[in-house]
Amino acid sequence: MMASSYNAKEEDGHHSGAVGPGGPGAIKSKKPDNTAFKQQRLPAWQPILTAGTVLPAFFVIGLIFIPIGIGLFVTSNNIKEFEIDYTGVEESSPCHICSQNYAWNNTNPCQCSIPFTLEQPFESNVFMYYGLSNFYQNHRRYVKSRDDSQLNGDKNSLTNPSKECEPYRTNGLPIAPCGAIANSLFNDTLELLYNFPNGTSISIPLSKTGIAWWTDKHVKFRNPGGNNNNLSAAFAGTTKPVNWRKPVYELDPSDPNNNGFINEDFIVWMRTAALPTFRKLYRIIHKNKDMPTLPPGNYTLNITYNYPVLSFDGRKRMILSTISWMGGKNPFLGIAYITVGSVCFFLGVVLLIIHHNYGSRSNNADIPN
Amino acid sequence: MACGVLKRICGFPEDRKENKRRLVCSFPQDEEFAELLRSYKGNKICTSKYTWLSFLPKNLFEQLHRIANVYFLFICVLNFVPIVNAFQPEVAVLPLVIVLSVTAVTNLWEDYRRQRSDRQVNNLLCDVYDRKQHKYVDRRWADVCVGDLVWLCCNEIIPADMVLLHSSDPNGVCFIETANLDGETNLKQRQVVRDLPQQGSEFNPETFSSRLECENPNNNLRRFRGYMEHPNRTRVGLHSDNLLLRSCTVRNTETVVGIVVYAGHETKAMQNNSGPRYKRSKLERQLNVDVLWSVVILLLMCLTTAVGHGLWLNSLKDPIFLIPGDPPPALAGFYMFWTMIIVLQVLIPISLYVSIEIVKLCQIYFIQNDVDLYSERLDTGVQCRALNITEDLGQMQYVFSDKTGTLTENRMLFRRCTIAGTEYPHHENAHSQELYEEQAGGPEGGGVSHTLRSRSSHRSLSCRSLSCNRSSVSLNTLACDDDTQSHEDTHPTQGRGAFSSAMECLVVPDPLLQLKLGGLSAPLAPPLKQDAAELSHILDFFLALAVCNTVVVSSPTQPRHVVQLPVARTPLRSLEDMKLLLQKLSLPRFTLSPTSSTPPGQPGTTPPSLTRRLFTRGRAATYTPNTPPDTGLTPNTPTASTPGSLTPAQTRTPSPCPSPSPSPSCLRSPTTTTLAGACGSTVEPSAENYTSSDNDAVCDAAAGGKDEEDEEEQEEEDEEEEEEEEGTDEGEQLLYEAESPDEAALVQAARAYGFTLLGRSPEQLLVSLPGTGPLQVPLLHVLPFHSARKLMSVLVRHPLTGHVVLYTKGADNVVMDLARSNAAGGDNASHQSPMREQTQRHLDQYAREGLRTLCVAKRVLEEAEYEAWLKKHMLAETSIENREELLLDSAQRIENNLTLLGATGIMDRLQEEVPETIEALQKAGIKVWVLTGDKQETAINIACACRLLRPTDRLLTANCESKEACEALLAELTEEVRGCKDSSGVCEGAGGDSDGGVAWGFTLVIDGRTLDWALQAELEEAFLALTRRCRSVICCRSTPLQKSQVVRLIRDTLGVMTLAIGDGANDVSMIQVADVGIGISGQEGMQAVMSSDFAISRFKHLRKLLLVHGHWCYTRLANMILYFFYKNVMYVNLLFWYQFFCGFSGSVMTNSWVLIFFNLLFTSAPPLLYGILDKDVSSETLLSIPQIYKTGQDSQAYLPSTFWLSILDAFYQSLICFFIPYFAYADTDISVFSFGSPINSAALLIILLHQVIESHTLTLLHGLVLVGSAVFYYAFGLVFSVVCVTCNSPTNPLGIETRFMSEPLYYCVCALTTVLALLPRILVRALCNTIRPSDTVKAALLDRLHPQEYWTRVSRWQDSLHSCKVQTPRPRPPNLSINADPPHPTHCYPQASAVLT
Repeated sequence: MMASSYNAKEEDGHHSGAVGPGGPGAIKSKKPDNTAFKQQRLPAWQPILTAGTVLPAFFVIGLIFIPIGIGLFVTSNNIKEFEIDYTGVEESSPCHICSQNYAWNNTNPCQCSIPFTLEQPFESNVFMYYGLSNFYQNHRRYVKSRDDSQLNGDKNSLTNPSKECEPYRTNGLPIAPCGAIANSLFNDTLELLYNFPNGTSISIPLSKTGIAWWTDKHVKFRNPGGNNNNLSAAFAGTTKPVNWRKPVYELDPSDPNNNGFINEDFIVWMRTAALPTFRKLYRIIHKNKDMPTLPPGNYTLNITYNYPVLSFDGRKRMILSTISWMGGKNPFLGIAYITVGSVCFFLGVVLLIIHHNYGSRSNNADIPN
Repeated sequence: MACGVLKRICGFPEDRKENKRRLVCSFPQDEEFAELLRSYKGNKICTSKYTWLSFLPKNLFEQLHRIANVYFLFICVLNFVPIVNAFQPEVAVLPLVIVLSVTAVTNLWEDYRRQRSDRQVNNLLCDVYDRKQHKYVDRRWADVCVGDLVWLCCNEIIPADMVLLHSSDPNGVCFIETANLDGETNLKQRQVVRDLPQQGSEFNPETFSSRLECENPNNNLRRFRGYMEHPNRTRVGLHSDNLLLRSCTVRNTETVVGIVVYAGHETKAMQNNSGPRYKRSKLERQLNVDVLWSVVILLLMCLTTAVGHGLWLNSLKDPIFLIPGDPPPALAGFYMFWTMIIVLQVLIPISLYVSIEIVKLCQIYFIQNDVDLYSERLDTGVQCRALNITEDLGQMQYVFSDKTGTLTENRMLFRRCTIAGTEYPHHENAHSQELYEEQAGGPEGGGVSHTLRSRSSHRSLSCRSLSCNRSSVSLNTLACDDDTQSHEDTHPTQGRGAFSSAMECLVVPDPLLQLKLGGLSAPLAPPLKQDAAELSHILDFFLALAVCNTVVVSSPTQPRHVVQLPVARTPLRSLEDMKLLLQKLSLPRFTLSPTSSTPPGQPGTTPPSLTRRLFTRGRAATYTPNTPPDTGLTPNTPTASTPGSLTPAQTRTPSPCPSPSPSPSCLRSPTTTTLAGACGSTVEPSAENYTSSDNDAVCDAAAGGKDEEDEEEQEEEDEEEEEEEEGTDEGEQLLYEAESPDEAALVQAARAYGFTLLGRSPEQLLVSLPGTGPLQVPLLHVLPFHSARKLMSVLVRHPLTGHVVLYTKGADNVVMDLARSNAAGGDNASHQSPMREQTQRHLDQYAREGLRTLCVAKRVLEEAEYEAWLKKHMLAETSIENREELLLDSAQRIENNLTLLGATGIMDRLQEEVPETIEALQKAGIKVWVLTGDKQETAINIACACRLLRPTDRLLTANCESKEACEALLAELTEEVRGCKDSSGVCEGAGGDSDGGVAWGFTLVIDGRTLDWALQAELEEAFLALTRRCRSVICCRSTPLQKSQVVRLIRDTLGVMTLAIGDGANDVSMIQVADVGIGISGQEGMQAVMSSDFAISRFKHLRKLLLVHGHWCYTRLANMILYFFYKNVMYVNLLFWYQFFCGFSGSVMTNSWVLIFFNLLFTSAPPLLYGILDKDVSSETLLSIPQIYKTGQDSQAYLPSTFWLSILDAFYQSLICFFIPYFAYADTDISVFSFGSPINSAALLIILLHQVIESHTLTLLHGLVLVGSAVFYYAFGLVFSVVCVTCNSPTNPLGIETRFMSEPLYYCVCALTTVLALLPRILVRALCNTIRPSDTVKAALLDRLHPQEYWTRVSRWQDSLHSCKVQTPRPRPPNLSINADPPHPTHCYPQASAVLT
């Protein structure tokens, strides 16, 4: 491919023979330049991996990794996390009945309550997640089934959604938001009650904003027509997704900044999870001034059970968690760091021994076997 | 003529079936020829492949012939099928578009260059006869048609293949230089078609009305068959001597006229243009196997996914995340299979092929720029003609070498001779040659004579001509000023193919022989009778040396212009004396025949010539003995023709003067010619011994008159005066340009004894004998050398006796046989027989001394005999079919009944550093075979001299007469070798076939006849079994065909990598058969170079080419390929593991742009640099420890095991790289593409750092590229994640990178992943290198040492290798002398000082 048939031959074969006897005045010698690059003598670092050369690296890695690991482990252990499965698979579960008779368009929402107890206080902000298991939000066709332009407020896409949304593209009218992801929006409602020992209970304030990424909320997702207060007009000519009970502009009628496409629950759902077992941020419980955000005691989780998961052996969970600089509770990284660090350190010692036994020999005698 | 408008139309009714083409030139009453004319290809050449319109479709079509591109296309098309598509179409098309457009752009650029050069060539102008204007008009090359008459002057380039119709030369010859065609710079003689009536007069195109018929265009440069039919129905045969080839240059002839027979692409030059060769290297073959394995892995992975997807779907009941309307699980699984092929397409390393090409081009760049492989003498480095087998250089196991010109200089020196059974040892000669070598300061320093030559050659080519390529531009220089000369001094160059260095060829006559010859020149004291018989032998011997050749004579000041000296200024007193002597000898065959009673040669003193004034500006001054052309054919006519003196004058007048105002030459020539008379002389003043001072004088004289006409004339007058003063021919300085160096050496030798070849024309030779002036020897026939005959003969009319004499020289065994056949019938059989025995003894002795032997013989023919033979020979010459065979027969008919005259021994010195090179190659585990056409003894001697054969070696000789004997002998020798091996037994383990350091080196010497038997299918195996046990094999007396047979046998049967190296046409077949062919651009033209893959100028360069560049190229490429495989598998597996967590749905966790770019941009440059610049061991160490080369021979860098280990490591790394992030982010709110971010980042780090681990050298460039790649990746990711708001759905990256890269967790994950992934490789590398370091690692460790310690280590290593050698000193064969320099000390390392400083 790089070779021309005619010129290459001329250049390769001929003139060398004929150039010899003289050119007009200036003979250009074809002697190659004696430069470091052309003679392949560039100054270079030549790493040769031997026990002697790599063992410091092993020790250094060990010495760095073990403290990091310990730090991560401790941090992870300081995170408080509480998880409760409310799928209602077991018959004893309060939500068992709800789980049995589900329907997407059920007009009578099924309610159930699950009491639980927190042994320890949750300090600082508490993040409330809902978790789904065995839910393949990362399925190739599911992931594709959305229209980013529509979600970005594009008028054309609103009325003429992308073909990727099929078969949730139109339902008589174009669907807004279209696609399978939006169609399967998680629609359980979770409420948290703190039960005082005296029997009364108080509803814990759950903040539903601030749960989505800033870029998503402010750049990627936009309602059609900009900051139009009349969302229903903006969405005129479209219809709600098949499984939804209300149109998109009624997702949060109380707060215009959390309604329509910029509804944060919706945004969070639209960021498809990477793994089949995932959690998504649902609410944030902001910390109080003087007392723990969630003091130890009895709580009740009130669930409006809408979302069917049993058909695919899914599970639904509610998770309460504090977070640290490294995110949620995850002991794995800490342990892994400590393990790798120790292994490196150990290998360093082994290499030291080997270096002691072989290193000098290989340096001295070059006896080929 | 009678018509108002004369039109000449030529037609080519082609008859492909008959494999002939007819060319009819006639006058235009025939309109059908006008039609035919149009149907032939014009002279326009078009080497470009594309036009603007056709570029896109044609280029695409061509590119899609590559299987890789088809794969790409298939993937793309697949991606457009909605049910299986994995990415957005524009993303999937990208790789294909990038690869195709990169290739297309390079193709386009190349094509543009071709077009430009085509245009340049097509627009050159030449003079074509215009039938309307009745004169020659300028016409573009492109417009020249078949049948056109083209008029060319000296130094013009021939625009198309033409049959020579007219030459300004009175003898109808013209000289061409074929340097543009095959690189040979010696002049080749071409002859006007015989029997053309216009010779000697102005060529009139209007009267030319002959028909031509010739064969169809073919690519055989040396063959042209056809005939010309004159209007009177007589036919004249045409052969290659009549053909002027396109792109050659006319030299030494003022004007020529030819008729175009092949034009444009049908010319032989164009038909020979086959472009660079394409060979597939061993590594590439291995690579293709592994690519197939990747395909298998890919299919397995896709199959896993497909089955997994089906099962997964099967287990689900109505999940809300599934899109309704999906096909049933089985079908979905099937679709998934194709989807996964798209997703995992990168697993097949497509970019690898493009990368390999780039890397090889760069490797070639470095090889060509190696200053160590540059030869000052030829001003050329190594030429890489094959672009894609650089790495094969690192895997050679067998080297097959030619001897002459490859191991030796191929600069022949006449050493000694035997005449009529008496040996003349020429001791002085040997002595003076040694002296010369000392003066010249080593073998490279033949500078003095070369300088002389190259300087003078400037002058000769002082005629500007149109030229299209650099080579000819540089040739045609008007002036060479002092600058150039001084430059020349520092870079002495020598025209290739000319063997005329006077200094080296200088022969000091043997005193005894001179004494005997003295009798000849002093006939007043007639010698004894038996001496007279011997004297006639001696006379004949030297006459044979002088005439039996094809040497072209030129003078140093006008070296390109053939000297002709038809001068016999000396009164023929001594000639008469000599005849008297011959009569006195009363040998019957020396009686003067009445026909030649008129002495040939010019009586009387002719005034010295003014010939060189005739043509100013260096136009051709070609004079040959001015005999009418038919003299040679009619032997009875006396050769001298004084009245003819005016004829050549007219001939020389350039009658068809194209310009309206005649040039000075046109004006001057008539007057001067009449003055000049018949004879020209360019006798030059010069000293007999070319010491440097004399040399300078000559050069000064030469320099003086180079461009100023007046000066030139002045100088010529001076010269004339000097000539008058000298009045003798002794001091002439003549340059002999011969096709083979032997010939030049022999002519020089004859000259030393006064038998000087002064000039040559096709019809006669001008020879001066001792004591006589120049004699004209009518040259009747030349029977050129043929490898089947191994002979070369000339038929001449003896200048003294007038007999027709055949002089033959050739290989000793052939000549001896032919002479033996004479023994019975010869009149002097009794005399011949002992002489033959004597000569044979001497021949054997010469061979033992390593001299090349040639026998000289003659045969006197009766007139009738000759006539009979001539008739048949003419028939053979004119025949179109089987011309070669008929000529061969014809030659064999006359070359018998020879009378042996004597034999010569010619020395050919070894090239410098040949023993060291061979030793290094052998230490590197390469078996070196020498295949030569020389005698067995000569071959053995040379083998000794170049240390192929060591004193400790056992020599096995195989010479058999029959197949059975051969079989028995092979078995016996094998048994002997085995026996010795077993008994010695010390190095049994280390020994064996491959080890160079085995105690008993066996060397097999086999001659051509035995080789024939051994190469037969039944004996092949025995032969191979024997040769495998021998350290080296010497095949002597082998033909070119045998050479290629041997190479093919070894290559195919043993399955080893073979390299053939040679310099001559006889090595071409061997070079082509071998895996790697290397041509030495030496003394024997360019044929070997043209057919080779690499061309070097000295044998010693082979050492660095193989040991350093070969090793580097191989390891670099092998490592790069492995790295590519690793990289792709590693990256693609990340996607594969993800399938287990997305329901095998073909989902990816990476932005599709990043996915595509990852291979194409982010990680493509570092491996390229790695493949180009990586250097595991320094060149010094590689050269001083050749054993390292064995790693390449055993393909250690790229074994199937290393491939699978790489794949395994890739699997491990991808597992780590996937699952560490997986566990770190499990059960969190991480989104699909956020999950990909740390994985990609870690993968990039791992892949780049992996390369750092694998790299042996890291230069600043590496650093830049590695860091650049990483920075590029992150910059791309960040910018993309900020800018891309709605683009690239569904894998919209908005905000992902910015968010993640601000999280510490991201870095924790990346760091842990990278360390853990690379840990095993580092560990294994370190442990291997420490516990069992390979040779390369040890050598690399050596490189780091302090120079002093380094050299002690290196020598210790070398010693340790030889430690197991059993030193059994074997006395050198008693009568084996070595003609080479004393052996060089083995343990002096020339590089040591370089490193120390």
